[in-house]
Amino acid sequence: MTRKEKNFIKLSFVMAAVFGVTQNTYAMHIMEGYLPLKYCLFYGAICLPFLAMGVVNIKKLVNEHRKTLLLLAMMGAYAFVLSALKIPSVTGSSSHPTGTGLGAIIFGPCVMSVLGIIVLLFQAILLAHGGLTTLGANTFSMAIAGPFVSYGIFVAAKKLKVNRYVGVFLATSIGDLFTYCVTSVQLGVAYPNQVGGAVASIKQFMAVFAVTQIPLAIIEGLLAVVVVIGLEAYASRELKETIYVKRGAIIEK
Amino acid sequence: MKSKKKLVIVLTILCVIIGVFPLVYIKNSEFGGADGAAEEVITEINPEYVPWAESIISPPGGETESLLFALQAAFGAGIVCFGFGYYVARKKFKPEEGNAEELFR
Repeated sequence: MTRKEKNFIKLSFVMAAVFGVTQNTYAMHIMEGYLPLKYCLFYGAICLPFLAMGVVNIKKLVNEHRKTLLLLAMMGAYAFVLSALKIPSVTGSSSHPTGTGLGAIIFGPCVMSVLGIIVLLFQAILLAHGGLTTLGANTFSMAIAGPFVSYGIFVAAKKLKVNRYVGVFLATSIGDLFTYCVTSVQLGVAYPNQVGGAVASIKQFMAVFAVTQIPLAIIEGLLAVVVVIGLEAYASRELKETIYVKRGAIIEK
Repeated sequence: MKSKKKLVIVLTILCVIIGVFPLVYIKNSEFGGADGAAEEVITEINPEYVPWAESIISPPGGETESLLFALQAAFGAGIVCFGFGYYVARKKFKPEEGNAEELFR
């Protein structure tokens, strides 16, 4: 096969995946047993410092900002709801939003890593969705990488004086999308294509995961704006104590 | 506040439209769940790969699975709505809440 032919075949594969003709556009967490052991351990290890930081931050919330605990529970519950909703997407398959971005811009990304792993554990143990061996990798993508991107975008938007709601929308939707990009990279690295290596298979997984996720990311962003409008109207006393309003109100370091 | 109410309604409608659009637009699809086709890609790249672990418990069928997913959503929605109910009632009976815009001054 010449290079041109190879590229042509690759392109056709991507097109097929994008338009959902081949029906192999499934997009959610990495399945149980589908990640080689060394990667499982690697991602699991990376998660530990974030989780530790999250536990410390939650402890601080419990001790010094008891008032915000209901809000914290709501953010965890929000992630719980959203990750149960499998929404049809334009590629012809379904996926679900993550719901971790909203909590990240209110309580900080580390706190969400703890709430996120609870959601993932529930789904892995009871629903056979995701898995215990791939828990580390899924936690890294959904509960660490996504929330950190959301948080970073929200802080940047605040600094640039972008409209607050636009900031919330961008932060939560891009964070959601980023989660699935990370999943694609994780799978691509674990399964390098014989033809094009890891890069080729990352592209393949991107076509499966990220494209499906685009409309869902938009939905997640819009929904987050709705929730934030509600919270601003009724829970400003609690929001005042969170990093949503003030940087460093709840220490996040 | 009134303009925000409108915004909330518009955003909610938009969410529904984005969710429903594929169902109307794409006809020959079952909108299959999302764990299996990445599997297909994996077997395509590496046909010899055998998953080395299996889920401890897996729901016996689609019905049980949808029950568990419904419970998950109901549990989450319950807590979120309890919170909102609490905050709305508090504002009604103890109106000392500041204006949202004042927060950011």
